[in-house]
Amino acid sequence: MAKKRVAVVGTGQTMHKSHRPDVNGQELIHEAVKTALADAELTINDIDAIVIGNMDHFEGINYVDCWSVDGSGGWMKPIIKLTTGGTTGSTLAIGGYHMVASGLFEKVLIIGWEKNSESDTTGAITTAFDPIWDRLVFAGAIAGLAAEGMAYMTEFGITDKDAARVSVRDRKHACNNPYAQLRQEVTLEEVLASPMLSDPIHLLDVCPRTDGACAVIMASEDVAQKICPTPAWVWGTANRHTYTYVGDLNLGEIDSMKYAAAELWKKTGITEPRKQIDVIELYQPYSFAGIIWIEAMGIIPRGKGAEYIWSGATDMGGELPINPSGGVIACNPIGATGLIRCAEACTQIMGKGGARQVPDVNLAVSTGFGGCFWTDILLYGKQKPDF
Amino acid sequence: MEQDLSKVTPLVYESRIGVPYNWWAGKTASRFFETIAHDKKLAATKCDKCGKVFVPPRKTCPECFVDTNSWVSLSGEGTVVTFTVVTRKLAALGKRNPPVIFALIRPDGADTAMLHILDNIAPEKVHTGLAVKPVFSENPKGHITDISHFEPV
Amino acid sequence: MENIAIIGIGMIPIKANYKTHNFADMAWETVNAALADAGISIKDVDNVITTSNDFWDGRTISCMAVGDASGVREKNCSCVEGDGTFGAFYGMARILSGSYGTTLVTGHTKGSESISSLITNAAFDPIYERALGPDMISGCAMQARAYMEKHGLTSRQTALVSVKNHGNAKHNPYAQLPMDISVDDVLASEMIADPLRKLDCSPVSDGCCAIILANEEKAKKLCKKPVWVKGAAFTSDAYFLGDRDLADPRSLVAAAKKAYAMAGITDPTKQIDIAEVYDAFSYQELMWLEGLGICEPGQAASLLEKGDFAVNGKLPVNASGGLLSGHPVIAAGLYRIAECVRQLRGEAGAVQKDGAKTAVAQGLNGVAGQSHCVWVLGADK
Repeated sequence: MAKKRVAVVGTGQTMHKSHRPDVNGQELIHEAVKTALADAELTINDIDAIVIGNMDHFEGINYVDCWSVDGSGGWMKPIIKLTTGGTTGSTLAIGGYHMVASGLFEKVLIIGWEKNSESDTTGAITTAFDPIWDRLVFAGAIAGLAAEGMAYMTEFGITDKDAARVSVRDRKHACNNPYAQLRQEVTLEEVLASPMLSDPIHLLDVCPRTDGACAVIMASEDVAQKICPTPAWVWGTANRHTYTYVGDLNLGEIDSMKYAAAELWKKTGITEPRKQIDVIELYQPYSFAGIIWIEAMGIIPRGKGAEYIWSGATDMGGELPINPSGGVIACNPIGATGLIRCAEACTQIMGKGGARQVPDVNLAVSTGFGGCFWTDILLYGKQKPDF
Repeated sequence: MEQDLSKVTPLVYESRIGVPYNWWAGKTASRFFETIAHDKKLAATKCDKCGKVFVPPRKTCPECFVDTNSWVSLSGEGTVVTFTVVTRKLAALGKRNPPVIFALIRPDGADTAMLHILDNIAPEKVHTGLAVKPVFSENPKGHITDISHFEPV
Repeated sequence: MENIAIIGIGMIPIKANYKTHNFADMAWETVNAALADAGISIKDVDNVITTSNDFWDGRTISCMAVGDASGVREKNCSCVEGDGTFGAFYGMARILSGSYGTTLVTGHTKGSESISSLITNAAFDPIYERALGPDMISGCAMQARAYMEKHGLTSRQTALVSVKNHGNAKHNPYAQLPMDISVDDVLASEMIADPLRKLDCSPVSDGCCAIILANEEKAKKLCKKPVWVKGAAFTSDAYFLGDRDLADPRSLVAAAKKAYAMAGITDPTKQIDIAEVYDAFSYQELMWLEGLGICEPGQAASLLEKGDFAVNGKLPVNASGGLLSGHPVIAAGLYRIAECVRQLRGEAGAVQKDGAKTAVAQGLNGVAGQSHCVWVLGADK
């Protein structure tokens, strides 16, 4: 039981783009912060602490918590940096939750950002792996993802066409989201005809590189409803950062999602996630994950993911829309991405989704993915949790 | 196989990380470098709320947390707030050879000081409060070294 | 604040290099030392916070290197980038949130594997500053001058910090540089960045430290001699050195004020028995003591000369030998906390302060002490 129940009371995002030459990193951060403060109708003086994160080697700036204070508002405030790779954004959301739930801070500003245009993303990611065993033979994030996709295809006989259906869905959804980077529909044929990057992954199966920032404000139950009439309550968080070496992975069956989701459902009393959850913002960096990971999450039995996707159940208007925002395939400022999932899930609960709003959202889920197939997961509700 | 590791010599595995960066300076910093190139002046931003003048120019005032919409042009002449004479060849110095004098210099008309290098002065002559002026590079490239260094007025 | 205890500490000796250990090996040894100290197994640990820095480690997602060795595989976990005191703060918040009963917090650095001048150069602004070539030593040297000129201090006075701390380290089995030196030795050592000489600067070090935090219920159940967290707080100053008055550590003052308010400390000059502060450079010990309210601004040097901060003095400071005797950057603040725990348990051997009840530990991030984290620990609840 939380000492203080916690709600998201405001969110802010930049208009995500491939390049933002008009601002430096901390100026980009400031745009998201300003938007979130305006959304919550708060000023920086109302903020008690700041949790910030990105991935160091994408911008090459050491001690980002210190460097960013002009933009973040951290001047003479507590500011702390969390970073866990691709999961950074969701890690930040979980961090903000604990900071508020602890009773140590009433209102916490959470900031995730990345300017991926400033470096060689794959070159930097490759350094995530063990310098002696993995680094020289591992080509960035896509190799691991391709290995997972291939393992699953081999086991269940799906094809790249099944995965392409996920890309088609997310790119269509992205057209409803003014913040998304790639707001243009793609067809199955276009996905399959796009260049093969790492078999079975085509160019249009994967996320782009993005410059963007996201800010989320969380507040304790003492003030949340005074700030925001319909806040998004955080029902629970869980994560697993299970593996260290690529060779340890249980490819095709993402263990971290399986265990983190199971823990979260247990803690929050969710017995039938497919029926009880209204919308999911899945950190899905490539299309195959849209099939494999919802199985691990317990939404659909193992091996049935593709069929579920083809049924249209995860499209807007379906039984369980996934990624109304367009998700990661349409937009991926890495250190912000997991926090954008949080902001989007909460936007759905607050009913502020505009063209991408799913009707009557009571329970929403956001996830984060990164590291060595790691997962973070959060559940939000329209009702204040009674646990 | 031998179970004891005591006779194993630990290996040092040499490597280096090389990641290229293209830092977008943003419009605010770009104005600073453009102004050096065109006018040989330092462009500073001013907070309309508290009136503070910032060098390097800031898009937002860190204390008031509002956009700084006003620009001020400064000659760059100012005073040394504090300094150090680096006498060891620290790796960060790159191609510079010691002694290198780093100083925080508060330009006249600014409320903050900027980091730069002092030259054309014997290290033992430098003192806090010394009046200095910027020497601009002949070929500005949009780089902090477009101010070649500061030297005594 | 609900009562939180430190129920276990683990340290490995700080060394110039650990050629025999990779990051995971260091973490494994440290975590097991902390578990053994607490008398618990990894199963009793509910969640894990590792603290590391991708620059120092030469690795994106540096926490990945120590996850397995820190027991995260089946647990919730996270990573704080910055000094270990900040990691410990988040670890504490995760207990106070009601989510977990215990948190294992670790911090590691191998300074020996990189070039610290280049790593700290990367903390300077990439557009306005970095290409000029500053680093942690030259940045702090400017602070040293500002501080010393403001209060009229001499290099002889600041050198005394180094003499004291290297001497204290002789009694600390974990210290890297125990030394008998004199003020004249410090003043005769190589000038690196005026006014900082070699013996005014902490060395490059490898090290790893872990602490285990617990709520009151778990602490009582698992631990015979818990040390209690009385208060903890952190605050950041402005980023650019030229935006700050480098001689005035106002963010430390603010953090200390908050931590003391939590701990019920109204007069730190009287109510604190021992301090472990972030003496990355000799002058910093004096400056931080003043920022911590342990003495008035400008007074620390004369109190040091009087012997107040010696092991047998009124308020021993860095009885462990401090960072001047070994500075594994990210782990540094956790070592400070662990050394305070040893004092409060009465286990500090030759440097034990009799009857130490209240201790202050400090960690920091950024150049010239931009962001500080202050911990007040107590032997009693």
